[in-house]
Amino acid sequence: MLTLVGLVLIAIAAPMLLPDPLAQPDILQGVNQPPGAKHWFGTDQLSRDVLSRVVTGARISLTIAFLAVAVSVTLGAMVGLVAGYWGGWVDAVLMRIVDGALAIPRLFVLLLVVAAWESLPLLVFILLLGTTGWFGTSRLIRGEVLRLKQEPYVRAAEALGAHRIRIVLRHLLPNTAGPLLVAATLGVGNVVLLEAGLSFLGVGVRPPTPTWGGMILDSQEILFVAPWTSIFPGLAIVITVLAVNLFGDALREAVDPRHA
Amino acid sequence: MTRWLIGRTAQAAITFLVAAVLMFFLMRLTPGDPLARLMGDRPMTSEEVATLRGLYGLDQPLPSQFTRFVAGLAQGDLGTSIEYRTPVTTLIRQRLPASLLLGGTVLLLNFTLGVWLGALQAVRLGKPLDRWLSTISLAGFAVPSFWLGLILAWLVGIKWQLLPALGMIDPLLPASAGLGARSLDIARHLILPAFTLSVVSIAATMRYQRTAMIDALREPYVRTARAKGLSERRVIWRHAWRTSLFPVITLFGLWLPIVVTGSVFVEHVFNWPGLGSLTAKAISGRDYPVIMGASLLAASLVVGGGWLTDVAYAALDPRTRRAQ
Amino acid sequence: MTAPVLEVRDLRIAFPTRTGDFARPVDGVSFILHRGETLALVGESGCGKTLTSLALLRLVPAPGRIEPGSRLDFEGRDIMGLDADELRAIRGKDIAMVFQDPMSSLNPVFTAGAQIIETIKAHESESTKAARDRALGLLREVGISDPELRIDQYPHEMSGGMRQRVMIAMALATEPGVLIADEPTTALDVTVQAQILEILDRLREIRGLAVLLITHDLGIVANRADRVAVMYAGRIVEEASTRTLFEAPSHPYTQGLLESVPRLTGPVQSLKPIPGTVPDPARWPAGCRFHPRCPKVMARCRAEDPSRLALADGHHMACWLAEETAR
Ligand SMILES: Nc1ncnc2c1ncn2[C@@H]1O[C@H](COP(=O)(O)OP(=O)(O)OP(=O)(O)O)[C@@H](O)[C@H]1O
Ligand SMILES: [Mg+2]
Repeated sequence: MLTLVGLVLIAIAAPMLLPDPLAQPDILQGVNQPPGAKHWFGTDQLSRDVLSRVVTGARISLTIAFLAVAVSVTLGAMVGLVAGYWGGWVDAVLMRIVDGALAIPRLFVLLLVVAAWESLPLLVFILLLGTTGWFGTSRLIRGEVLRLKQEPYVRAAEALGAHRIRIVLRHLLPNTAGPLLVAATLGVGNVVLLEAGLSFLGVGVRPPTPTWGGMILDSQEILFVAPWTSIFPGLAIVITVLAVNLFGDALREAVDPRHA
Repeated sequence: MTRWLIGRTAQAAITFLVAAVLMFFLMRLTPGDPLARLMGDRPMTSEEVATLRGLYGLDQPLPSQFTRFVAGLAQGDLGTSIEYRTPVTTLIRQRLPASLLLGGTVLLLNFTLGVWLGALQAVRLGKPLDRWLSTISLAGFAVPSFWLGLILAWLVGIKWQLLPALGMIDPLLPASAGLGARSLDIARHLILPAFTLSVVSIAATMRYQRTAMIDALREPYVRTARAKGLSERRVIWRHAWRTSLFPVITLFGLWLPIVVTGSVFVEHVFNWPGLGSLTAKAISGRDYPVIMGASLLAASLVVGGGWLTDVAYAALDPRTRRAQ
Repeated sequence: MTAPVLEVRDLRIAFPTRTGDFARPVDGVSFILHRGETLALVGESGCGKTLTSLALLRLVPAPGRIEPGSRLDFEGRDIMGLDADELRAIRGKDIAMVFQDPMSSLNPVFTAGAQIIETIKAHESESTKAARDRALGLLREVGISDPELRIDQYPHEMSGGMRQRVMIAMALATEPGVLIADEPTTALDVTVQAQILEILDRLREIRGLAVLLITHDLGIVANRADRVAVMYAGRIVEEASTRTLFEAPSHPYTQGLLESVPRLTGPVQSLKPIPGTVPDPARWPAGCRFHPRCPKVMARCRAEDPSRLALADGHHMACWLAEETAR
C-alpha cells in the first residue's frame, strides 16, 4: 500500500524531481556508465540517465495502465449490468460473445490488432488495451447482478415501479462497486505487464518515449556490458505489479470476507 | 451424461466459432494493409500487388473474404505465411514439438511442485512458511517473463557459463552423438526457459491449491477423519488433499494454452524453436497469417482445455459420475 | 449405576477474540458418564454442546484451546496429558463420535466401505479382506439392507438416514467404550430419527456402551436417556435423572425449555418459546448467565454467579432458587 502511494507520487512528481525528464544524453560522462554518484542507475548506450528514464517510464506506464483499466472496467460494468439485469436473449448473446473473446488470450487479441499499426498513437494503444480487457469483468459483474437481483430491496424497487435504468444505476451499480474495485486493481497490474510485454516486442509504445518494457528491449544488445540498463526497469515492473497485486488482495479480503 | 456431454461439446464448438469470427474481424477492421510490409521491403509493380492480393483474397469484399476464411478453417487451412511462403499449418506442425516439450515441462512442474507447495501452505496456514511462500509466489507473478529470461540468460548462461542460454540444441554437437547425449543436451537447454516460465506462472497453481485445501481442511469429514484416530498425515494427504484436488483439475485445463501463449516471451528470449518464438517473429514481420494461426491454436487450446476440464471433472468426481 | 468411564471436570475452552480478549463458549462444564448409560446433553443452539464433545477427543478447532485446569479422565487416564500418538490411539478406538450432519461428515470421494475399513485398519492389524467382512457385518448390524451393495457406494448415493447408519457403523467399528453422538438425528426426518435412535439404544444395551447423546430436542431425551444434563451459556445448569427432570424441572431455564417443547398431550397454546437469545460467549452476562432471560430473576442473580447445589441425590442445579428450596 505504501509502496503504491510512493510509486504514484514518484510518477507524478517526476518532472519536479528530475531536471531532465526526457533524459538528454550526458555526453561528458559517456555511454554505458555503471551506477555511480552522478547517475545512480547508470547510463545507457546513448548515455542517457537510467534513473530518469525509469522514473519517467513510471509516469507513462502507470498512466497507460490507469486509463486502460478505467476504460475496461467501465465497459465491463456496463455489459455485465445489462446482461445480468436484462437477461433473456440479450444476456445469452452477450455472454456467448464474451465466451468467445475470453477464449482468445488477451496477448493475442492485442497482437492481432496492434501489429496492424505502423506507428501506434499512445491514445489508440490505451484504448486498445482498455477494450480488450473487459470480458472477465463483465462476467464477474453479471454474476453479482444475478445475485443482487434476488435481493429484497431490488425486488421492492421493481414492485414500486422504478425505472429499469434507475434500478441499475441506483441499486445494482453501487453494490457491485466492491468487486469492481478489486477487478480494477488487479487489472492495473495486468496491464502494466502487458504493456511492458508489447513494448518489449516492439509493438507497444515506440521510442523515444521511455517505457519500462521498451527500455528492456533497448538494453537487450548491451545486456552484457551494461546490465543495469535492464535490471532497473525490470525491478520497477516487479515492484509496481507486486504492490498493486498485494493491494488488490487486501482489497478483496476487505470486500469479500469469504476470502479472508 | 451423454446429453450433458453433447451439450458441453456444442457449447465449446460455438465458443470457438465466436472466437474465430471475432479474430477475423479484429484483423480486417484495423487500419493498415496486411501487405504493407511486403511492399515496404521492395518496390512492387501494381500488377504484382494485384496478384498477391488475389492470392490472399484481399481483393474481394469482406463477406466473401469471410466465407473464404471459414471454408479454409473448416478444411484445416490457415493460409500461407507471408514471411516464410509456407502454409501456416506446416509451420505450426514443425514448431509444435518444441513448444509441447517446454509447455509440458512447465505444466508438470506447476502441477507437482505448485500443488505440493500450495497444499503445504494450507496446512501451515498463517505460519511464516505460508506467508513467505505467498509473497514469493506473488512476486513471481509480478515478474515480466522476458526480463527474468534475459537476466537468467545473462547470469547463468553467459556470465557463469553454467547452462546454454539459447536455442534447444547445441549446434556443435557432433552428428554421431547418441540418443543419451542428445537428450541431455536438450534437457540442459530446457532448464532455463522452463524455470523462467514456471516462476512466473506457478503462483496461480499454488494459490488455487492453497484455497482449495483450506476449504477442504475445514470440511466436517476432515474432523471425522481425525475423530476416527487416523494419523495426521493420512487426514491431510488422503482426506483433505484428495478432495481438494478436484478444483485444481480445473486449472489444468486453463493452463493448457500456456503451451503457446505463455511462452511467446520466453521462447523469444531464449530463442526456443517453438510456436512462441514463431509468433514473436511474426509480429515484427507483420506476418498476419502466422499470428492468426497461432491465435486460433491458442483459442482452440483454451476452449479444448475448458472442455477437457469439465469432462475430466465429471468423470473423476464420484458425485457427478454416478449422479448423472 | 456402574463405574464411571468418562469424567469431565471444569472444562473450559477459550477462543481469542479480535479485541485480544478471550471468549469462553465452554466455561466450567463438569459431568460423569457411566458404563452402559445414556447421558443426554441438552441446550439451545450455540450453548457449547459440540465444543464440549470435541474437547473430549481434544479436537477443539484452532485457534480455540482447552484451558489448563480442565480435567478429562477416560477410565482413569488423563486425556489432557496424552501425546499425539496416545490420543490417536484413543480416538475412534475407545471414544467414537457420530456427527450432526451425515452429508458432510462422510468424505464424498471415498466409498462407505473404504471409510469403515480405514477406521478398522487404523487401530488393528487386520487384513483388508477381514476388515471388509467386519464392515459388512457392521452395516448389517446398523440395519442397512443389502450391505454388499452399499459397502461400495459413495455417500451421495445414499439417503440421509443411511449415511447416518454408515457413520454409526464406522463409529462402532473398533468397539469403543464411549460413543458421542452429536445431534445424530437433527438432519433427518422424524421416522428415520426414531430408527436411528432405536439402533443406538440397542447397541448400547448389547455392547454395554456409554452414550453421550447431544441434542437440543427434549422430545428425544424423554425416551432414550437415563440422565440429562441441561446446558446453558457454556455451563451445565441442571443435571438429573430423566424422570426427575421431566417431573420436577427446577432450573427456570429447564422449565422454559420444557414449556417450549410441543407435546402430544396438552393444549397447543401452552407452547412458549423462551424470550431473548443466547448471549455472546465473548460477553457473558455478569452474575447468573440466564438472568437477562429468567422469569424468576432476583436481585442477587444479577450480581452473583450461583454455584452448583444438590437438590436431591443425583439432582444438581446452579441457581439461587436452589438455596430457597433447600431452606
Ligand atoms: N471455531 C470457532 N471459533 C470461534 N468461536 C467458536 C468456534 N466454534 C464455536 N464457537 C463458539 O462456540 C459457541 C458454541 O458452539 P457449539 O458448536 O459448541 O454450539 P452447539 O451447542 O453445538 O450449537 P448447535 O446446536 O448449533 O450445534 C458458538 O456460539 C460459537 O460462538
Ligand atoms: Mg453443535
